[in-house]
Amino acid sequence: MLGLLKKPVVVTAEINLNLVALTLLGLLSRLWGLSYPRAVVFDEVYYGQFISLYMKRIFFVDDSGPPLGHMLLALGGYLGGFDGNFLWNRIGAEYTLNVPVWSLRLLPALAGALCVPLAYQILVEMHFSHCAALGAALLILLENSLITQSRFMLLESILIFFILLAVLSYLKFYNLPRSSSFSGSWWFWLLLTGAACACAVGVKYMGLFTYLLLLALAGLHFWHMIGDQSFSNVSLICHFLARGLALLLIPLAMYLSFFYLHLTLLYRSGPHDQIMSSAFQASLEGGLARITQGQPLEVAYGSQITLRNVLGKPMQCWLHSHPNTYPIRYENGRGSSHQQQVTCYPFKDVNNWWIVKDPGMQQLVVSNPPRPVRHGHVVQLVHGITTRYLNTHDVAAPLSPHSQEVSCYIDYNISMPAQNLWRVEIVNRESDSEVWKTILSEVRFVHLNTSAVLKASALSGASLPEWGYRQLEVVGEKLSKGYHQSMLWNVEEHRYGKSQEQKEREVELHSPTQMDLSKNLSFMAKFTELQWKILTLKNEDTEHKYSSSALDWITMDTNIAYWLHPTSAAQIHLLGNVATWTSANLAALLYAGLSLCYVVRRRRQICDIPEDAWQLWLSAGGISLGGWAVNYLPFFLMEKTLFLYHYLPALTFQILLIPIVLQHLSDHLCRSVLLKSMFSGLTIAWFSSVYFVYCTFSPVTYGQPSLSASELRALRWKDSWNILLRKQ
Amino acid sequence: WDETHFGKMGSYYINRTFFFDVHPPLGKMLIGLAGYLSGYDGTFPFQKPGDRYEQHNYMGMRGFCAFLGSCLVPFAYLTVLELSKSLPAALLTAFIIIFDTGCITLSQYILLDPILMFFLMGAVLSMVKCNSCADRPFSASWWFWLSLTGVNLAGAMGVKFVGLFVVLLVGLNTIYDLWDLLGNLSLSLVMLWKHLLARVLCLILLPLALYTAMFAVHFTVLNKSGPGDGFFSSAFQSQLIGNNLHNVSVPEHLAYGSVVTMKNLRMAGGYLHSHWHLYPEGVGARQQQVTAYLHKDLNNLWIIKKHDSDADPSDPLSPVEFVRHGDIIRLEHKETSRNLHSHQHEAPLTRKHFQVTGYGINGSGDSNDFWRIEVVGRRTGKLIKVLRSQVRLTHVATGCILGSSGKTLPKWGWEQVEVTCTPYLKETPNSLWNFEDHINPKLPNISLDVLKPSFAEILLESHMVMIRGTSGLKPKDNEVTSKPWHWPINYQGLRFSGVNETDFRVYLLGNPVIWWLNLVTIGLYLLIAVSTAVTLKRGVQLTPELKELARIVLRGGGQITLGWLLHYLPFFMMGRVLYFHHYFPAMLFSSMLTGITWDALLKFCAGFLLPSTTARKVYGGGFLTLILLIVYSFYLFHPLSYGMIGPMASDPSSPMAGLRWMDSWEF
Repeated sequence: MLGLLKKPVVVTAEINLNLVALTLLGLLSRLWGLSYPRAVVFDEVYYGQFISLYMKRIFFVDDSGPPLGHMLLALGGYLGGFDGNFLWNRIGAEYTLNVPVWSLRLLPALAGALCVPLAYQILVEMHFSHCAALGAALLILLENSLITQSRFMLLESILIFFILLAVLSYLKFYNLPRSSSFSGSWWFWLLLTGAACACAVGVKYMGLFTYLLLLALAGLHFWHMIGDQSFSNVSLICHFLARGLALLLIPLAMYLSFFYLHLTLLYRSGPHDQIMSSAFQASLEGGLARITQGQPLEVAYGSQITLRNVLGKPMQCWLHSHPNTYPIRYENGRGSSHQQQVTCYPFKDVNNWWIVKDPGMQQLVVSNPPRPVRHGHVVQLVHGITTRYLNTHDVAAPLSPHSQEVSCYIDYNISMPAQNLWRVEIVNRESDSEVWKTILSEVRFVHLNTSAVLKASALSGASLPEWGYRQLEVVGEKLSKGYHQSMLWNVEEHRYGKSQEQKEREVELHSPTQMDLSKNLSFMAKFTELQWKILTLKNEDTEHKYSSSALDWITMDTNIAYWLHPTSAAQIHLLGNVATWTSANLAALLYAGLSLCYVVRRRRQICDIPEDAWQLWLSAGGISLGGWAVNYLPFFLMEKTLFLYHYLPALTFQILLIPIVLQHLSDHLCRSVLLKSMFSGLTIAWFSSVYFVYCTFSPVTYGQPSLSASELRALRWKDSWNILLRKQ
Repeated sequence: WDETHFGKMGSYYINRTFFFDVHPPLGKMLIGLAGYLSGYDGTFPFQKPGDRYEQHNYMGMRGFCAFLGSCLVPFAYLTVLELSKSLPAALLTAFIIIFDTGCITLSQYILLDPILMFFLMGAVLSMVKCNSCADRPFSASWWFWLSLTGVNLAGAMGVKFVGLFVVLLVGLNTIYDLWDLLGNLSLSLVMLWKHLLARVLCLILLPLALYTAMFAVHFTVLNKSGPGDGFFSSAFQSQLIGNNLHNVSVPEHLAYGSVVTMKNLRMAGGYLHSHWHLYPEGVGARQQQVTAYLHKDLNNLWIIKKHDSDADPSDPLSPVEFVRHGDIIRLEHKETSRNLHSHQHEAPLTRKHFQVTGYGINGSGDSNDFWRIEVVGRRTGKLIKVLRSQVRLTHVATGCILGSSGKTLPKWGWEQVEVTCTPYLKETPNSLWNFEDHINPKLPNISLDVLKPSFAEILLESHMVMIRGTSGLKPKDNEVTSKPWHWPINYQGLRFSGVNETDFRVYLLGNPVIWWLNLVTIGLYLLIAVSTAVTLKRGVQLTPELKELARIVLRGGGQITLGWLLHYLPFFMMGRVLYFHHYFPAMLFSSMLTGITWDALLKFCAGFLLPSTTARKVYGGGFLTLILLIVYSFYLFHPLSYGMIGPMASDPSSPMAGLRWMDSWEF
């Protein structure tokens, strides 16, 4: 204790003023006039509604990606005290006073601003000079498209921030001396790599590609370690396990935790409920849960149930019947059985109620104690209101003539006997004697006589003609081609029937279900369902005015108009810094050409540059060119609507390549002093052109000041750009 | 089953009628040739699966495919022998391929797959052979194998585009090879260039020449108009005997007053069409319908007029005035005298586009009838050529482009195709048109032969059409398609013939024992390869035998695994309809891998046993067990490929019931 006091308390701070200055510049460029325009800009209209739903705790499904990005945006709203009351209906709508625009836009802007010092650090960690690092940071700082994208409630800047953070922390980790293995800072950078990767993937699935790149890099580095004889086997295994933990397990756990948070935050039912299964809906407050709360779990003989088709596409629907019959002849001349129609109906209705009956007994009430229906049992299904039996027979169905018609049986006495026995098969059973459960069990009904399976043929979206009230067709599918979801049904509403008489029963059917009993889905079950929906849910391809193809991005043949002032000509565009884009492309080409040249000559034992410079060139280029490739090339395989902003992560990596190539040129290819000074002069000239382009385009980046028509026309450097001109 | 496709195409070759298929022509040409040589006259209609051949001579075609299919066995045998230098490994592979029910079924019928697999294995074998000749470069056998590789590559590419994967495999192997040579400092630069040029010659130029020659033969043989015409452009159709564009003479350049038809450039795009009927109530403005119609009809005729003068240009006295790029014109429908018109009402089906109508009486309308005519990739003032110019019509008032959306209109539109004006200015064939018929009495007619497309153009066009056709094979809703992950686990087969209980049924399904053995082996191989690589990297000292074994596992096995990956993984990214039989090329690689892996594994295990006789016994016994297992399983499953009669296997009384190991099998 005393020993400690003998020494003075000394704090030595080492402040890299470059870094501080860059951070300040970044903040200035991204935060300046942040709450202007006070109107909905471009995709804010899309993300904004999710923020509102977070504020109101209403459940939603967004098929574009995982929830972390939305949650971060919502955090801004939470801190700004946003109550979620704003109608996000059109781009350009003025924000009302209750919307804290500044704090909503703050987080993406901060992330965008921090990318500037991150770029600086990355280049330093790649062992490049501070001058090159400064260049990289300034290029990022002056990139108009990155500025535009980070100033609004959009996710790209957050994604880029996490990607750069992951790369930086991996480099820091890799550059630590071997003696500090398993030390505090070693663990810190390793874990930070994993965490940043998880966040990147959690914001947008595009982050996955950078994550894979880093994994490959870590694998490569570990492979070199294996070849290093100075490591013992045990320490190798320890290294391997540590990397596995930090780069695989932690990201996975974090990814799960994002969903956990998402599901905990959103506990109210909302607009996207019907996409999810009944079990999922029942776990949300309000909506279905209000109805199903407290219904009996086990379906018994005499139960009154509604049956929902599991597929739920194109819309959810319930097994339904009504007193009308199939027409004797259809429009195309085929005949029907003229029995009562059975359809799938997309709305709740008293005609959706069915009673489970034991074929061996007459009664339609639940005995005491209830006799549960198990997998493999044979039942009859009685339509509650008309008390007719669900039936199918070898008559062609109205719309799909290859399948059997399903009807509610009417005895016309024409030697067409009732075939109304159905075997209950629980598809997601755990044992063969499992009880049919409300909501949880997914059931197939197999017809005993013809072994046809009850199916809602709603897939094609075709509905019955007028005589069937445009409801969806239900058929018996003869060949059981695997388990398709349209053949599965689950019980949604359920109660034990008590009324002996038909009149009483009708009253009972009309009354809402009420009983007490609760059940809950586990988090993992909810997660897998939600994840699956996010991955498989496909919005139909929508043509968009500003959509573009991946090839247009390299040359920036396209732009996106984000916002236009309602009266003046002030406008905001996603438009990159042409000088930067061109030089980034040149740098990439130069890098590829030089590398090819070097690699072939080295193979012939001709070394143009020293070994360590070569290693530096390889690793730095590998990360930046590799990062560009993994973030860009996958778009050629994607079939979704693409926009220019999808290119920004790739562009960031490509920009990092420019100073790398420049420094290499000046260090190794400019051999005389004169050449070197000429090269520096050129670089400065080139850099001022970048600054000039930034200044020229900054009015459409920041949306102010408003330009005149001729000035705007002068900005249209490429014919394919779409600058908005007001008609006089 | 698919015999109806490929048999029919064989017939087309014999009858010399033109057809269209998404695959390149070599496979079908060979089938046609085999049929021709065996005396088949091309008259069998091949209408639906299950039709009897009756008196038609089909054995030649089947025999040809079966012969190529059986060649796979020696090819695989030789390849494995070359890679592993071990007779038992090669034998195991051969047994696997002989006794796999799937391979047997697939090569028994008139299909492209046996031909594809023949060339593919041929390419792999010659590549491997060529590699082992590497110590004697430029010797006769080296040249022979190298050029044989090239020939086989051309063959594989010429049968199906899946052949591209084997081209990739050979390409990667060659790059690796050259890289090796580059590092060999004892070779002079001149020698290196010789190596490079030899490979360029044999593996790039030779296959390309053969591939082109194949298409040349294809187009020479098929010179009669047939069912495939509609897929191709007007210029192409003019080459076919019997097509109504053949030997037609029309004026070459478009002039005012000309009567024309306009064909949309999208695949199977129709002619711009209009008729007296109006759009129904509630669908945009109630004006005359404009559609795209696939058949030739008088209502497809339009007259080109100037936008500002109504003077009758057909007046014989007025001078001929040509239409130029960038001109603003009016299109008048000949039958109804209404102008092509568009306005800011939403189109009937594509709601984001504008409606296109016929408007005005006797040619007088309003400014919404003005269209700017532009030729793609041309400057202002150029003339517009019939058939060859790709034309875009821009609506002057709204700036939208005339296009066909490809959606079929409901009953009120006579189920013709919707025509819209799209405000999204994008270059797609949907919004491009060309002029096909052209009547103008004042202009001299020239024969279309002047416009004859060159061979290169035909080649390019047929490839574009094939690629578009392939990507058009999207799975329809409701259709149960097979997923790539089903394949290696033999999840679901393909019914070749016969559905009912009394039919003679053939079911394409791999021998499950073999397939599951292959599947396990892939996992085993990865394990072995990784541990071998790590051992070598750690610098563990190995005996010479083990070193040799490691080399075989890494180099030979690596090549084969690469082949398997290249023939399997790309299917995961394909959007088109996939079938089980797409896996068979990959399955061949996987079988070869099985041979190599088990040989290495048994050798390695036997190496630990001390007396060499015991070791040999274990080694031999292991192989014997595997082979017996394969033969026995074939005995069990052979009815799959040679045909079954009797109740379905889902019925417990069927003899095959006990063999229905997975619920998804339907034999």
